[in-house]
Amino acid sequence: MNALNCMLLYVNAVKLPLFGHFHQRPVRYWQGTEGKAKDDSKTEGQPEQQKRQQNRIKKKRKRDEQPDGGKKVISRRPVRYWQGTEGKTKDDNKTEGQPEQQKRQQNRIKKKRKRDEQPDGGKKVISGKSDPFPGPPPIPKGKLEKFKRKGKIQKPLQHHYKLKDIITRSEEASEMAQKQAARFDLLLPEDAGFLEGDEDEDTCMISQEDIADAVDITSGAKHFNLKLCQFGPYRLDYSRTGRHLLLGGRRGHVACVDWQSKQLMCELNVMESVNDVKWLHTEHMFAVAQKKWLHIYDSNGIELHCIRKFNDVLRMQFLPYHFLLATASATGFLQYLDVSIGKEVAAICTKTGRLDVMCQNPHNAVIHLGHPNGTVTLWSPNQKEALVKMLCHQGGVRSVTVDKTGTYMITSGMDKKMKVFDIRAFKPLRSYFLPTGASCLSLSQRGLLSAATGDIVQVYRDVWSTPVTKPYMAHRVRGSVWGLGFCPFEDVLGVGHGEGFTSMLVPGAGEPNFDGLDANPYRSAKQRQEWEVKALLEKIQPELITLDPSELGYVDRANFEQRHQDRVEALGFDPLGKEKFVPKHKKKGRSSAAGIERRKRQVAHEDQRDVIRKTVEDRMKLEEERNRMKEKKAALSGKRSALDRFKK
Amino acid sequence: MKVKVLSRNPDDYVRETKHDIQRVPRNYDPSLHPFEVSREYTRALNATKLERVFAKPFLASLDGHRDGVNCLAKHPRSLSTLLSGSCDGEVKVWNLTKHECVRTLQAHEGFVRGMVVRHCGTSFFTIGDDKTIKHWKMEAPGYGEEEEPLNTILGKAVFTGLDHHQKNAVFATCGHQVDIWDEQRSTPIRSFTWGVDSFSSVRFNPVETELLGSCASDRSIVLYDMRESTPLKKVIMTMRTNTISWNPMEAYYFTCANEDYNLYTYDMRHLENPVKVHIDHVSAVLDVDYSPTGREFVSASFDKTIRIFPKDSANSREVYHTKRMQHVICVKWSADNKYVLSGSDEMNIRLWKANAAEKLGVLSPREKQAIHYSQKLKEKFQHHPQIKRIARHRHLPKVIYHQKNELKVMKEARRRKERNVRKHSKPGSVPVVSEKEKHVVSVVK
Repeated sequence: MNALNCMLLYVNAVKLPLFGHFHQRPVRYWQGTEGKAKDDSKTEGQPEQQKRQQNRIKKKRKRDEQPDGGKKVISRRPVRYWQGTEGKTKDDNKTEGQPEQQKRQQNRIKKKRKRDEQPDGGKKVISGKSDPFPGPPPIPKGKLEKFKRKGKIQKPLQHHYKLKDIITRSEEASEMAQKQAARFDLLLPEDAGFLEGDEDEDTCMISQEDIADAVDITSGAKHFNLKLCQFGPYRLDYSRTGRHLLLGGRRGHVACVDWQSKQLMCELNVMESVNDVKWLHTEHMFAVAQKKWLHIYDSNGIELHCIRKFNDVLRMQFLPYHFLLATASATGFLQYLDVSIGKEVAAICTKTGRLDVMCQNPHNAVIHLGHPNGTVTLWSPNQKEALVKMLCHQGGVRSVTVDKTGTYMITSGMDKKMKVFDIRAFKPLRSYFLPTGASCLSLSQRGLLSAATGDIVQVYRDVWSTPVTKPYMAHRVRGSVWGLGFCPFEDVLGVGHGEGFTSMLVPGAGEPNFDGLDANPYRSAKQRQEWEVKALLEKIQPELITLDPSELGYVDRANFEQRHQDRVEALGFDPLGKEKFVPKHKKKGRSSAAGIERRKRQVAHEDQRDVIRKTVEDRMKLEEERNRMKEKKAALSGKRSALDRFKK
Repeated sequence: MKVKVLSRNPDDYVRETKHDIQRVPRNYDPSLHPFEVSREYTRALNATKLERVFAKPFLASLDGHRDGVNCLAKHPRSLSTLLSGSCDGEVKVWNLTKHECVRTLQAHEGFVRGMVVRHCGTSFFTIGDDKTIKHWKMEAPGYGEEEEPLNTILGKAVFTGLDHHQKNAVFATCGHQVDIWDEQRSTPIRSFTWGVDSFSSVRFNPVETELLGSCASDRSIVLYDMRESTPLKKVIMTMRTNTISWNPMEAYYFTCANEDYNLYTYDMRHLENPVKVHIDHVSAVLDVDYSPTGREFVSASFDKTIRIFPKDSANSREVYHTKRMQHVICVKWSADNKYVLSGSDEMNIRLWKANAAEKLGVLSPREKQAIHYSQKLKEKFQHHPQIKRIARHRHLPKVIYHQKNELKVMKEARRRKERNVRKHSKPGSVPVVSEKEKHVVSVVK
């Protein structure tokens, strides 16, 4: 492309000197070739135009003052890559004006002042040339939309001028921040992975070995099998940075691995059945749900805690910003453990039996539980009842997962269906039939869905936006799948099954650009320590878990009564309540019981007297009005008009 | 088959040598940063708590006077210089950076009533109970020389207040009357009286430099134009005003410290109602001084506290007190807007920070950025009940706390009585009088 452009430039250079001075406009690599060709063909009409141009220059002053004069100048500017091709051709047509430009160059110094006044003149450099691309480059709309936080606020009335000013300023600031973030987005270093088949080649038919051969060595090494047939089937969990893998075998084998360097951090057998394993906030601690109790180990395999308040735990979820470990037990209890202070925050009896289907909504930290009767319930630690109960399937629910934006929930059930729900509106979006049903579901950061059907792991793309007919990828493992999880920030899907663990390559699964201050896979020990302190400092209190996580930012529109009620509850008494009238004790026998009663009666219902008086007055007024109307009517009916004689 | 799998080169994300700083790649995608409102709220809450933890406003106490400190004067050219005059007629010049007294002179017999440094900063004037005005050099006398004033003017009556013109060699005193003096002459060039026998303070307007304000013992505040022979106008209030201070930025506003525990900000052009009534003190307010930015002022009170008020707020944002500080007689806001100085009855001058939680000294850029960020967060969430409660809380001495409650009860009782009177009188005969209108008796022109 570059070579082609150079050649075209050369052609231009040869042809143009025919017409005297060669003035070359700045040509950038993105400018198309068609425009150039047109440009060349136009050169025939030049001498005639030259005359016209001389006249034009004379008229220039007038034109500059005309409103359309400015427009023409704008179209003469070079085009940037985001502008359409039509604009480009138009632009190149204007090269007919080259002799004019040449003259203008001579007159440049004279016109200097005038050009300065033109809005599109651009900033001048010392050399005298004007910037061909003045102003900041425009930002694509989609990018801006990505960083949009909220809509515009309705401006208050004129007389709230201070408020109006504050709102305007804050809106300006947030707009600027949005723009800067969108600009910064262009500079992100990595692009997401992808997999495209050749013509009539299904991507789901491509085997893992082929992919591993096709990619570079380090990526190819990310596809591997661990053959662990002794203690399986395995559950697994990746740490938040995606560096560490935790495996828990049903028969008591627990191992944590730095899976990229394939270094074993620790390995132990807890000599009990293991139901689930979960990393806590760092890769130095993990929780294991064992047969009876919940245990916490460190990365050296040393048991730190055995938590006897948490028994028969089947599934666990860790809420990283709240430092909460949510557990679902066989006894039907949903419990929350604050791992920063080691306290049980809430224990909720769900009264729905054995809980072995669980996931969290990463957007609002609400826990989703699936039940054998086909319902999915949503829980927060602040409420003893479920926030929402949804009937999702006709059989039991086998697996639930929620995407990272908290928009879509995907469930699979015993009725062999896989359904997609919009959990902001609680509406079903799509329903898919899988012949064997999906036992495990997992969503990646970029929205790929993996579903385990028997011993086959299938990966789907775009399940919510378009109806999907076939999977994006598929892979058969040995033994039935027990645990499934995408590795954050990597194109890797981990599968725990009866024969061990398989690490699959799924191009396009992981988020390519991580945030170094949030979850940094390459962080050093020092950085991790720093992060840990900061994260603990800004631990979100469990009381703030709600369905809408931005609720805290809204204006509290509680009316006076509601606020008063809250105040009464907080204080334990009513600060605005009327004090009970206590008659003063009078001496010399004047405080007889009857006297006190009389005095009490004097002020009885004092607060209501005004109301009563007013209602009575109103009633009187209404009555009067009615009477007057009646009289009026009567008076009218009493009078005979001239037309009354036609009445029968 | 076309395939691309994420594969990062660790060299792009890890620092090369130990001596580099760590690389921190950022991605501002909102979906990677969930719970942003709750996290910001938590940060704001922490910042508010930390602000209260670091709120240590008291910096130093300058002791050395042998009687109560009666007046303070700022040096117009040097931030580190402070002058103070005490009730035994002694004047001390202080170096604030070293916290030490650099010069002591016995200026008067009896109280030093007022003191002002000339705008050039080379000399200063004092007035005292001995009916004299003395003009002193700022420099200390050389070895063996005697401490002598440049000039002494013997007046007819006791002077109580003093202020110097912003530019010219003219100063004003008050006592039985308000006198305008030329520095070169021993008699006043002009005298103002308005049927009052005693004035307590006089101040030049910092912008319209020919204007003066003074407060008199007949509960009035009188405004003068130096170029005219008669006063401009006066406002009479229900109780006496002790001092006034002009807002240096919007110089048509002035604030006066009143005996009725309140401060009043007036617009010079409309004296009928004060612009704002500042209530929080529980005893007479003795002195007031504006910050150089004109956005806040500090007041000293007989209740042994000093308070800082935003200029347009009815309540104070800060209250400073110590166990040992007695009745605060004079207060000054330093010219760099960072410190507050107070002189009190128990012979000490105290140096306070104007912003209680501010970190002093040179700040690194990251520190500055962090401060700005937390400031913004605090501002954003300031109305949330928990944050508001923490930010507003100030510890008060027991006496003041009880007195405050007592005043509240009294005020409520008065309001209740008024309401009852209104309820049982002819409608319209007992009008509602706002707090602003209550304290002005009349305006005379």
